[in-house]
Amino acid sequence: MTAGQITAIQPVQDAPDQAGVAPFGPKPRHVSPGRIGIYVFLVVAALFFLIPVYIMIVTSLKGMPEIRLGHLFSLPAEPTFQPWADAWLHACTGRDCNGLSPGFYNSLKITVPSVIISIICASINGYALTFWPYKGANLLFGLLVFGAFVPYQVVIYPLIIGLSSVGLFATLPGIIIVHTIFGMPILTLLFRNFYAALPVELFKAARVDGAGFWRIFFSIMLPMSVPITVVAVILQVTGIWNDFLFGIVFAGRSNWPMTVQLNNIVNTTTGVREYNVNMAATILTAAVPLIIYFVSGRWFVRGIAAGAVKG
Amino acid sequence: MAQNGTSVSIQDLSLNFGAVSVLKTLNLDVAEGEFVVLLGPSGCGKSTLLNCVAGLLDISEGRIFIKGKNVTWEEPKDRGIGMVFQSYALYPQMTVEKNLSFGLRVAGLPKEEIAKRIARAAEILQIEPLLQRKPSALSGGQRQRVAIGRALVRDVDVFLFDEPLSNLDAKLRSELRVEIKLLHRKLQNTMIYVTHDQIEAMTLADRIAVMKGGVIQQLDAPQTIYNRPVNRFVAGFLGSPAMNFIDGRLEKDKGDWYFIVEDVRIPLATYAFEKEPVPGPAVFGMRPEHVAFNSGTGWPFTADANVEVVEPMGSDTLVWLKLGKQNFTVRVTSERTPRNADAVSIGFDPMRASLFDAETGNRL
Repeated sequence: MTAGQITAIQPVQDAPDQAGVAPFGPKPRHVSPGRIGIYVFLVVAALFFLIPVYIMIVTSLKGMPEIRLGHLFSLPAEPTFQPWADAWLHACTGRDCNGLSPGFYNSLKITVPSVIISIICASINGYALTFWPYKGANLLFGLLVFGAFVPYQVVIYPLIIGLSSVGLFATLPGIIIVHTIFGMPILTLLFRNFYAALPVELFKAARVDGAGFWRIFFSIMLPMSVPITVVAVILQVTGIWNDFLFGIVFAGRSNWPMTVQLNNIVNTTTGVREYNVNMAATILTAAVPLIIYFVSGRWFVRGIAAGAVKG
Repeated sequence: MAQNGTSVSIQDLSLNFGAVSVLKTLNLDVAEGEFVVLLGPSGCGKSTLLNCVAGLLDISEGRIFIKGKNVTWEEPKDRGIGMVFQSYALYPQMTVEKNLSFGLRVAGLPKEEIAKRIARAAEILQIEPLLQRKPSALSGGQRQRVAIGRALVRDVDVFLFDEPLSNLDAKLRSELRVEIKLLHRKLQNTMIYVTHDQIEAMTLADRIAVMKGGVIQQLDAPQTIYNRPVNRFVAGFLGSPAMNFIDGRLEKDKGDWYFIVEDVRIPLATYAFEKEPVPGPAVFGMRPEHVAFNSGTGWPFTADANVEVVEPMGSDTLVWLKLGKQNFTVRVTSERTPRNADAVSIGFDPMRASLFDAETGNRL
């Protein structure tokens, strides 16, 4: 085809659609009945799942006489925070009537060191496995990941024997060690995959710059690990705080975490069953993971956005 | 160019990953102040070779000297090398200044010395206004400049570039190419540069090492590699549009050699054979720009042909024809662009051709 053969180009004619409007500019948004139905369903479902939370909160704010009336859904006629104070300070577990607060501090003493130690170990593990591959590194990593699938019950008895033989059974360090060990597979996997996704040139450049194992880890890798560390903290804090099994077995009576104490309060059979105190105690125990979710959720998203390392 | 002594010497270097041999007893000497480009398709081992020189990969056999010192077992930092990577590899959490100074801080240099070196590098690369920015706030070209600066401040003998321009767009690439060339002229350092881009190789190199399958095919000045490729691979890899290859055979007729394909006879009186040829199958190579187009009969070989396809490229035009039954491309200036199906004549001097053995691909 040569240029001479092309005649004038016909402008495109636009036919209006049925509504008489030719499409131009942004597409108009329509609210269809189906969409409304979906939202109605979602709202109803959300409300349904919130019913237990609602009952817990209103019950915890009622006095015992009001609860005995049996109006489960009614708002408290005379709201009182006494059950909360009781749950925190005076509720009885067996013969001790100190409330939940010792359990809260125990849980803190268990959770904080366990989270910190396990994350430090796992990040070093992941870093070494990714950038300093040694003989058998893959095998070790495979074994570690396999560890994530071992049921806890299987290892409890051997662990009890092992810990008691070194005098750590039923102590605070003992329970911290147990949590650290059981956090290792999933956390190492998390960190290794995170580091494996970083450009390896970053590591090479740091080596050419003369940095060694620890220098690269602390100066280059750790500052970039914020997003994955936030994920690890969420996982570990909620996991360890909610743990019941290891706490009751390995912590020892004086270190029982909040979950164990809560169980004991709720299951204390002597005297009247104080539903309002039980509800308040349960909410208190669940508060920490809830707050972690709410607070770090934002950080989580922000961390991922800031983690655009490439380039 | 001050070419006194050897800067980098690679001797009998082999590298195996398990059973896969990536580099095969490779030898390469780079002179002081020389710019050597390692050129080859992906997977030819050129980046691997560079990583071996840098000390980022443990080699299987052989040894490496830098500045006369055997560095085969040395750590990267002790080799006197600086490296620039394709993905820039800037530390994302540090400012440009901290990026530049990281290596110096690791080495424990005094503060004034660090400041002095950064100021010098920033001036050479014109990145002074960027010093307090994070890498994420820089454009691709600026990032690569900072990456070069990171090698610059370390005051090294040898610069290693691992496809530094491949992540940039075409315009920036040609700009930075010139800058790298200027930098080399200014610093007079030894530079080893890995690329798969033949333009970069041709424009930058003092010598090009064309690699394939872990073996250096040819190591020569760019013009020599372009005009007298040692084998068919090198001939085909360099040059865009690619060299014309015609399968035919060599024959001797009354003391003169001819290249015969179907009814076309190309006289080879002006061709400089590497060694005394033998009759038999061969490949005739001719670059599209070495063919004269519609310019009379004063050539050792002329032929008539019909135009099949015309590809205008702005500065010039690529014309596809049939020579006998074989495809043949000719590069013509855009003013002389023919039209499809035009009858044209071509002519060339076999002196500029390259003949290859049909089996081994080696130059004849």
